[in-house]
Amino acid sequence: MSEALGLYNYWIVIFLMMTGLYLVISTGNLVRKVVGLNIFQASVLLLYVTMGRVDGATAPIFVEGRETYTDPLPSVLMLTAIVVGVATTAVALALTVRINEAYGTIEEDEINEQEHAQELAG
Amino acid sequence: MFQQTVDILVLGLLAATALAVVRMRTLIGAAMLMGIYSFLSASWMLILDAPDVAFTEAAVGAGVSTIFVLATLSITTIRAKRQTKFQFAPLAVVVLTGAVLIYGTLDMPHFGDPEAPVHRVGNRYIKRVPEEFKIPNAVTAVLGSYRGFDTFGETTVVLTAGLGVLCLLRKRREDEPKVVTE
Repeated sequence: MSEALGLYNYWIVIFLMMTGLYLVISTGNLVRKVVGLNIFQASVLLLYVTMGRVDGATAPIFVEGRETYTDPLPSVLMLTAIVVGVATTAVALALTVRINEAYGTIEEDEINEQEHAQELAG
Repeated sequence: MFQQTVDILVLGLLAATALAVVRMRTLIGAAMLMGIYSFLSASWMLILDAPDVAFTEAAVGAGVSTIFVLATLSITTIRAKRQTKFQFAPLAVVVLTGAVLIYGTLDMPHFGDPEAPVHRVGNRYIKRVPEEFKIPNAVTAVLGSYRGFDTFGETTVVLTAGLGVLCLLRKRREDEPKVVTE
C-alpha cells in the first residue's frame, strides 16, 4: 500500500500521457493530432517536474532561514523543453496549413483517397 | 495531508480535462480544452515548487500554443469529420504502453524523496550557486551559466522552426505547381 502512495504521481502522469498518445493515433484529423501531441508533451513535462520535488522544501530561490530547496535541474531542462515544444507545434501547424492548401482538407483518409485517385489516373 | 488533497484534486482535474479532449468533437473545443489542460498543469507545477516552469508553461504552453491552434483553424477549417466506428487497435496499443511504463515506475524513488538519485546534481548546484553568483534564483543561474549551451541549442531550434514556418507559409508565385509530384 505504501508503494502505491509513493508512486501515484507517476501513475496519473502516465495516464495523462497515454490519453495524449491515444488522441494522436486514433484520430484522422491533423489539428486534433497536434492537440494530442501537445497534451502528451505537457504530461512529459509534469513527469520530470514531479521527480524534482523534495518533501518539506521550497522553490529554489534562496532566502534566509531555509535550508532545503527543490531540485533546480528538472525545472531548467523543462524550461528548454517547453519552448522547443512550442516551436515544433508551430512547424506542425504550418505543415497542416500547407496540406490544406494543396488538398483542400485536413482529414487523413480524404488525403489518402485523393492520393490514390491520382495514382490510378497515372 | 493538505498537500496530498490538493495534489489529488489538481491531478483529477487534469485527468478529466485530458479525457474531455479525447471525447470533444469540435476542433475549437479541443483547442480551448488544450489551453485549460496546459494551465492546470502549470498550476500543479506551482504546487510542486517549480515556479519558473509554471510561469513559462502558463504563458507559452497555455497562451501561445492555443493561439497557434486557433489561428490554424481560422485559415483552414473548423469542421472535423465525425468518427463513427470505435477503433480497438489504438486503445490496445495505449493500454499496453501504459502498462509497460507503470511496470517501469516500480523501481522509481518515491514522490518527494530527498535521497532520490536525481537530486545529486541539483544539490551541487544549490550548494554552489550562492557562492559563485549573486543571483538568488538557482534556476536562472543554472539556465544561463552552468547549462548555457542547452539554452543556446534551444534558441537555435527556435530559429530553425521559425525559418521552417516562414518557408512553408510564404506566398507562392502564380507559375509554381500547386502539388509537387515526382
